Amino acid sequence: MSARELVAAVRDPELPLVTIEELGILRGVAEHDGHVSVTITPTYSGCPAMDAIRADIAAALAAGGYDDVEVGTDLAEAWTTDWITESGRAKLAAAGVAPPEPAAGTSVRLTLSVRCPRCGSLETEELSRFGATACKALWRCRACREPFERVKAI
Amino acid sequence: MSSVERVLELGDDALVAAQRLGEWCSSAPEMEEDIALANIALDQLGAARLLLTYAGELEGRGRDEDDLAFLREDREFRNVLLVELDNGDFAVTIGKLLFLAIFQRMLYDQLRAGDDPRLAGIAAKARKESAYHAEHAALWAVRLGDGTEESHRRMQAAVDALWPYTHELFEGDAAGLREAWLAEVDEVLSEATLTRPADGWAPSGGRQGVHTEALSKLLAEMQVLHRAHPGATW
Repeated sequence: MSARELVAAVRDPELPLVTIEELGILRGVAEHDGHVSVTITPTYSGCPAMDAIRADIAAALAAGGYDDVEVGTDLAEAWTTDWITESGRAKLAAAGVAPPEPAAGTSVRLTLSVRCPRCGSLETEELSRFGATACKALWRCRACREPFERVKAI
Repeated sequence: MSSVERVLELGDDALVAAQRLGEWCSSAPEMEEDIALANIALDQLGAARLLLTYAGELEGRGRDEDDLAFLREDREFRNVLLVELDNGDFAVTIGKLLFLAIFQRMLYDQLRAGDDPRLAGIAAKARKESAYHAEHAALWAVRLGDGTEESHRRMQAAVDALWPYTHELFEGDAAGLREAWLAEVDEVLSEATLTRPADGWAPSGGRQGVHTEALSKLLAEMQVLHRAHPGATW
C-alpha cells in the first residue's frame, strides 16, 4: 500500500467509524526518498485526540514499512464540518450520529431541525449544545424517544 | 510578525479563562452544563496552547507553552482582570463568558484578516469556537434574565458587578471594537430584560501585569503540580 493509502485508512479515535480522511482532517501526505511527511488539521483547537491521531498515523506507516515519518499540523484554513465526505456522513448516520448540516453561510443563531438518525423523524430537540466530545451535541427524538448525538456544524 | 506581548495577552486571556471555567467541572447546576463549560474550557485551553507556543517562539528564549503557563509569576501574566475574577455564582460565570466570548470572536475576526499568517491561522480556528461560546452564554443570559424574579435579580447583579471590568478589553489595539461589541451586548441584554449599567469605574492593569489577588490564588492551584515536579511527563 502507498503511504497515502495507509494514512487515509487511520480511524478517528473518538469517532472510530470514520477515517481521518473522511472526517476531513487529513491535509496531505508527501513522500520523498522514503521520508513521509503528513499534515493534519485539528477539528477544535483543544481536541485531545490529536496526539492519539499522530501516534496512530506513525504506527500505521511503520506497519507498512515507513519508519521515517513526520506528522505536522496546519491550522489554515480552519477545519469545517463541510469537509466531512459523503461516505463519512453516511457512516455517521448509519451509526446513529446525525451528520452536520452545511456550516457555510448559516446564521449563528439560526437552528435548523435535525433528522433523527434512527427513525428519520424531524421531530427532534436539542438536549445539550455540548456532548461527549468537543465536536458533538446531544439531541433527542420526540417520535422514537431515542437520544442521539449530532456532529455540530462549524 | 506580532509582538511577544500581544500574543501573550491573547494567550493569557484564553489560559486564565480556561482555568476558571474548568473549576465548574462537577459543580455546574446540571450535568449538561458541566459538560458545556468543560468543553468551552477545553477550547480556550486549545487556543492558549497555540498562542503561548507562538509567544515562546517569538520571544526566542527557548520557553515553550508549559514554561509560560506554569513558570511565570503573576506580574508576568498579561490577561485582562475580567477573566481572573472569581467565578461567583452561575450568573457571574455566564456574564463573564458572554462579555469575553463576544469580544474574542470580534478580535479573532480582526486578526484572521491581519498580516501575521501564524496568528491569522490560530484566530480563524478560535473564532468559530468563540462564536459558539458567545451563543451559549447569550442563551443562558436570556434564560436567566428573562426567567424568574430571582434569576433576573442575580443575572442583573452579575452584569452590574462585571461591567466595570469590560472596559479593559478595549485597551490598545482593540479600542475600535467597543462600538460593535456594545451593539451586540445590548441586543442580548435587551432580550434578557436586563439593563446595561452606566459606564464609570474602569479598573485596569492586567495588560501591564498588575492583577487582583484572585489571579495569585488561581496560579497557585494551576501551577503547583508543575512546580513540584518540573519536567514530569506521563
